[in-house]
Amino acid sequence: MTKEYKTIREIAGPLIFVEKTEPVGYNELVHITLPDGSSKRGQVLDTSEDIVVIQVFEGAGGLNKESSVRFTGETIKLPVSIDLLGRILSGSGEPLDGGPRIVPEDRLEITGAAINPYARLPPKEFIQTGISTIDGMNTLVRGQKLPIFSGSGLPHNEIALQIARQARVRGSDEQFAVVFAAMGITNEEAQYFMRDFERTGALERAVVFLNLADDPAVERLITPRLALTAAEYLAYEHDMHVLVILTDITNYCEALRQMGAAREEVPGRRGYPGYMYTDLASLYERAGVVKGRKGSVTQFSILSMPGDDITHPIPDLSGYITEGQIVISRELHRKGIYPPVNVLPSLSRLMNSGIGATRTREDHKSVSDQLYAAYAEGKDLRGLVAIVGKDALSDRDKKFLEFADMFEDRFVRQGVDENRDIETTLDLGWELLSSLPEAQLTRIDNKYIQKYHPAHKGKQEGK
Amino acid sequence: MNAKGKIYRISGPVVIISGLNTRMYDVVKVGNEGLMGEVIGIEGDKSTVQVYEETSGIKPGEPVENTGMPLSVELGPGLLESIYDGIQRPLPVLKGTMGDFIKRGVSANGLSREKEWDFVPTVKKGDKVNAGNIIGTVQETQNIQQRIMVPPNVSGTVAEIKAGKFKVDDVVCTLSDGKELTMMQKWPVRKPRPVSKKLMPNKPLITGQRILDGLFPVAKGGTAAIPGPFGSGKTVTQQQLAKWSDTEIVVYIGCGERGNEMADVLNEFPELEDPKTGRPLMERTVLIANTSNMPVAAREASVYTGITIAEYYRDMGYDVSLMADSTSRWAEAMREISSRLEEMPGEEGYPAYLAARLSEFYERAGKVNALSGREGSITVIGAVSPPGGDFSEPVTQNTLRIVKVFWALDAKLAQRRHFPAINWLNSYSLYTKALGDWYSENVSVEWSKLRDDAMELLQKEAELQEIVQLVGSDALPEDQQLTLEIARMIREYFLQQNAYHDVDTYCPMDKQYKLLKAITIWGNKAQSALESGAAVEDIMKLKSKDALAKVKFEKDFDSALGVVTKSMEEEFGNLRGK
Repeated sequence: MTKEYKTIREIAGPLIFVEKTEPVGYNELVHITLPDGSSKRGQVLDTSEDIVVIQVFEGAGGLNKESSVRFTGETIKLPVSIDLLGRILSGSGEPLDGGPRIVPEDRLEITGAAINPYARLPPKEFIQTGISTIDGMNTLVRGQKLPIFSGSGLPHNEIALQIARQARVRGSDEQFAVVFAAMGITNEEAQYFMRDFERTGALERAVVFLNLADDPAVERLITPRLALTAAEYLAYEHDMHVLVILTDITNYCEALRQMGAAREEVPGRRGYPGYMYTDLASLYERAGVVKGRKGSVTQFSILSMPGDDITHPIPDLSGYITEGQIVISRELHRKGIYPPVNVLPSLSRLMNSGIGATRTREDHKSVSDQLYAAYAEGKDLRGLVAIVGKDALSDRDKKFLEFADMFEDRFVRQGVDENRDIETTLDLGWELLSSLPEAQLTRIDNKYIQKYHPAHKGKQEGK
Repeated sequence: MNAKGKIYRISGPVVIISGLNTRMYDVVKVGNEGLMGEVIGIEGDKSTVQVYEETSGIKPGEPVENTGMPLSVELGPGLLESIYDGIQRPLPVLKGTMGDFIKRGVSANGLSREKEWDFVPTVKKGDKVNAGNIIGTVQETQNIQQRIMVPPNVSGTVAEIKAGKFKVDDVVCTLSDGKELTMMQKWPVRKPRPVSKKLMPNKPLITGQRILDGLFPVAKGGTAAIPGPFGSGKTVTQQQLAKWSDTEIVVYIGCGERGNEMADVLNEFPELEDPKTGRPLMERTVLIANTSNMPVAAREASVYTGITIAEYYRDMGYDVSLMADSTSRWAEAMREISSRLEEMPGEEGYPAYLAARLSEFYERAGKVNALSGREGSITVIGAVSPPGGDFSEPVTQNTLRIVKVFWALDAKLAQRRHFPAINWLNSYSLYTKALGDWYSENVSVEWSKLRDDAMELLQKEAELQEIVQLVGSDALPEDQQLTLEIARMIREYFLQQNAYHDVDTYCPMDKQYKLLKAITIWGNKAQSALESGAAVEDIMKLKSKDALAKVKFEKDFDSALGVVTKSMEEEFGNLRGK
């Protein structure tokens, strides 16, 4: 089974071609020993009777034709145990924190099998992140995959951390376990995350996988799979609710493109491989809730849009797989507003099933719709004002214009450690909406106006 | 069939085998685990196979067996209420045999071999039967009768026919040449089932969605495309169509879509009631779910599996609607496989045969005279997901060349929470003329005019909006301000429809007509009031206008509309009196 081969015929970038082997399984894990005694790991990409193609995870540096190749007869597996919590591992799963190796309870395939759609439970449990723009207008639910679409230089890391700190299921104090996978982020960014985890004590209930910018790109292809395997294990075997933060998906896709080019594949849009959709789906789709199991996997990935372009293949394909997106706006960031979430292009597809009388509050949907509509109108008017000046506006329009400013300043803006519960968020929404003429609140049922509108609320209670 | 071959090479879902005599599209069993695959290329003694399951760990040299059959589906009683994956394996059965996650190497029959059905013959001994003739019926669900047909390419004289309880593979009829017929037949998915004649579609598919039925109708047997950038409410629109369309059978293909959304469909459908019969909607539905992380080759097949099942019910004389969500995911599956085959790519890496495949698929829609002599139809509604919302990409463009109706979902409208977010300016239907007669007979002779007027008004609004963008609405003359207001009423009161509202989710044709008419009358009255000197501010303040906004939500629509109409008369009367 463990024959060594010294029959490398060709080395091209991170790929090596080995000939005259016994039958080798597709996707099999490979150990490569270099002449200097050091070793690398790789995976079989293509196998035939004549030639086997291997992609090397640690990069091809130092490899030569004298290196020997050993096929392990099994696909890549992650040793798992509850002791994963609190550990910091490399992008290929080796301990980085000086701690002992994981004593495995089980060894799981990192590709993960697709959940039978029939076994899935539609996600419904509201997660309170304490951020108004998310809770109020783009609600996250347990089992959802909701990425942050950001850009370089924007505070997506702060937002992700704030969510990791504050996320709770309403009415329970139970915290999420966090699985954090860094793909190609800088050492500085990684430090920032680690410090925050340590500061808040979050590390105890976190598993960290770090593939940094100077680690081999091809390792990035397995880092998120290791992370998701760990998350699934904690969720489905240990009944935990797991929040997975993958950052940055763009680096992952770059690595995918790099591998595609190395394999001389026919490139798709902008040089990314044609199977990028399926590949991304194999990551994103590993979020969910399974019938009859207590735990859940929720994904909150960070994706930086190249050139802030939401139509770029990476955000575009992601948007087709994830259940919405939180879009970070450079314009708001420049105005000094944190968190600079632009609610208009943001969306949570599972919001409607996670809100309402039994889950948040009966008026939630109406308030959210009205805030959307009013803010959209206010923003449009800004464009008009730029042309005709504020004085040309009707009184009604002026109100909407002011609303848009207030909305950004009070609803969107909040502190890095400000944790607003959903009632606070909705009441704040009402307070802002009350600046508009009541007749303009067309998205809200009259009974909610009577019950929650600041102008009526006091009176009714007074009676 | 012939002896076993072996695996030569494996690259993802594409496996090359050697030493096996194959025909194109033969289904083969690959490797020790017998993974299902389909031959998609032959060169020398090697055949290229796309495998419908995960291929990790499979090695060259493992055996391959040819079943000698093309990829086929099982057709017979038990299809309805089923939830299948892309190659007709029932998902509940898979969950039973392999747990919550989809593992490989498990085969499962499309139709249950255990369940017994009550077969009632409709032919007798000595009758001559031809291909497609109905030989008996089975009450498949409470309201749907499955008509058991002689398979295409079989005919003869009935030598023996049985009645009573049988399993799908029991013989129920023997022909004089000794041919035995069961209630189940198999049909290769890539081959359209034969019909005796294709007919022109001339009846609308009633969906209960105002913007669709009212402005951009699709005919029964027609084809429609919903392209939409992500987040524009495409999935909700498709689900509404599946729930409310007035077809007897619904086939819903979730092709490469989200697992959680599919779970929602799978959970929601069994709870939905059919508005006409009060029975669960699942009793007339077949669901095919192949999520984006399930094997890509099965995704490619799922669309064919779905349409073949649809054709089977069409052949019985039913109206079938088929939703494919999304055909872009299907096209991407083709692209992915084509790229693994190292084929010369066409536009944007899609295979050069993309257009041919798409048109072959949409051509399987249509209203037909089936071999059974009955009339049936398949309406195909395909969603496309253009990357970046760019309609010039190949899948959208090739689809638009074929389909007759285009429902342009618009992310901007969705952002404003205008649902269904179908853009009234970019959408079109080529059936409006062909369906004109039907509307005159069944709705009202005025309908076509009402529709055209509304469209014209919306068009005019778009032009005026450009001016408003520059100078503000107050700078417009009063009659144009009023035009804008009436157009807004059409948009918000008529076109906006709340899929989650108990009453508003479905709007019958008659209600659509009355609602649009009431808005039009209000508009006409307002215009003439303005002409006779009323102030535009006063007109805008009328209570009947606000009442019109809410009337669509009323349970008792007719009486509510009566009240509004009356108050409208009074208010305009008073205006005139001033």
